[in-house]
Amino acid sequence: MSAPASALVVRDVTHAYSRTALDGVSFEAAAGEFVVLLGLNGAGKTTLFSLIAGLLNLQRGSIEVLGNRLPQQREEALAATGFVFQQPALDLDLTVAQTLRYHAALHGLPRREAEWRIEEELAKFDLAGRTGDLVRTLSGGQRRRIEIARSLLHRPRLLLLDEPTVGLDVPNRRAILERSRRLCREQDVTVLWATHLLDEVKDGDRIVMIHKGRIARDFACSASNRVADRFAEATTAEAAE
Amino acid sequence: MRPGWQRCFRGVVEREFLRFLRQRSRFFASLVRPLVWLVIFGTGFHSVLGVSRIPPYDTYVLYEEYIVPGLVGLILLFNGMQTALSMVFDREMGSMKVLLVSPQPRWYLLTCRLVAGVIVAVPQVYAFLACAWLWGIRPPPMGYLYALPAVIVSGLMLGAIGLLVSSVVEQLENFAGVMNFVIFPMFFASTALYPLWRLADADPVLATVAWLNPFSHAVELVRFALYGQVDSLALEVTVGVAVVVMALAAWRYDSGRILRRQLGTAAT
Repeated sequence: MSAPASALVVRDVTHAYSRTALDGVSFEAAAGEFVVLLGLNGAGKTTLFSLIAGLLNLQRGSIEVLGNRLPQQREEALAATGFVFQQPALDLDLTVAQTLRYHAALHGLPRREAEWRIEEELAKFDLAGRTGDLVRTLSGGQRRRIEIARSLLHRPRLLLLDEPTVGLDVPNRRAILERSRRLCREQDVTVLWATHLLDEVKDGDRIVMIHKGRIARDFACSASNRVADRFAEATTAEAAE
Repeated sequence: MRPGWQRCFRGVVEREFLRFLRQRSRFFASLVRPLVWLVIFGTGFHSVLGVSRIPPYDTYVLYEEYIVPGLVGLILLFNGMQTALSMVFDREMGSMKVLLVSPQPRWYLLTCRLVAGVIVAVPQVYAFLACAWLWGIRPPPMGYLYALPAVIVSGLMLGAIGLLVSSVVEQLENFAGVMNFVIFPMFFASTALYPLWRLADADPVLATVAWLNPFSHAVELVRFALYGQVDSLALEVTVGVAVVVMALAAWRYDSGRILRRQLGTAAT
């Protein structure tokens, strides 16, 4: 079976709690594309991620991950997707190795292969030699890197990162961003990077701007198409209405 | 289920064990609680309450001996609620999401958690039975072997109730309510501390409540097994309640209700 052209297809997704969080959201992400989902706090980014992760049930619209439709093919979709959640999701009293082994087991990786991949990912994130350390003894940046390493252990084709750099210092932010971009370039992984920080965007990135639950803009960032201007347009246009 | 489901199961069990090992106080608390009942309460009522010949006992038994299966049930009950507590804790800390985005069906993931909880409970039960043996409560030696499946089935039922509770309880702070509205009524309105006929003498309504209480059936299942017998009604009720409650818990976790409240208020 040939791989689908789009790694992620979101069509007309609407979701409401006591108020509407997403309203007719549609976009696609191609294989190997780095997509920045840009929006203010409360714009609907986390709700969208939770729907893609199957943590929330779809109320309206459809989502396909690598050709697998949610919720019918949720397990297949999850097997090909890595997640880094906005809220840190680490058990502080496990060691680094135990944390990663747990994730590898949840994804059904054989023990030996898991050990090999753990070593490899930790080395890539400058955490080799920390396998026996308790997670609680690591810094915020190191913990975030552990979470990203964890999300890559099962070799996902789609990686979703929900504000992964919040609270981190500049070198850690830069390192995580660069590593994620490299995944797209070198391994053809599709990355959906949710943020509200404009300085995490660079020329050539595809920007999907979300505002008050709607897609406000969808464009490629360039010198002539500056993200700050478009962001200001989108948010102030709404205010003017 | 997808390939790798056995590794997924092993991973969940391993994590539960690691968690248990680092909470040594949990082990001692689980042991001290029934021992306090056995040594203090049991001794206090030793001369007041004797239990006449009722199945599975073939002679009169002392009160301490009567309450041992009930105290095994108490360990399993607290362990089931500990499962619920750790599920709510995981939800609040975010690590629940790691489990829920694993590529296995939700019912299977919950079953892994349930079985892991029971595997952790079994050594606690046998440590208590060893202490009870030292205290002079000595069921037939083969009873310890026969009791194992009964302990597992009872543990599964009480763990399933714990999972359902965890799907209803929104915050860790609400766990005091679980003590008051789940653990205490289930334990006291059961046959754990007094036989049904004594309850019926004192208050027929309470006796009916105790008979309807699934915890009573879990206790009776363990009691009969300890003496090499099978209480088929208790077995049917315990298995039936376990299946129905587990299905309800899986439905609640699968319907997205659990994280919906959290996400709806925390972030959009």
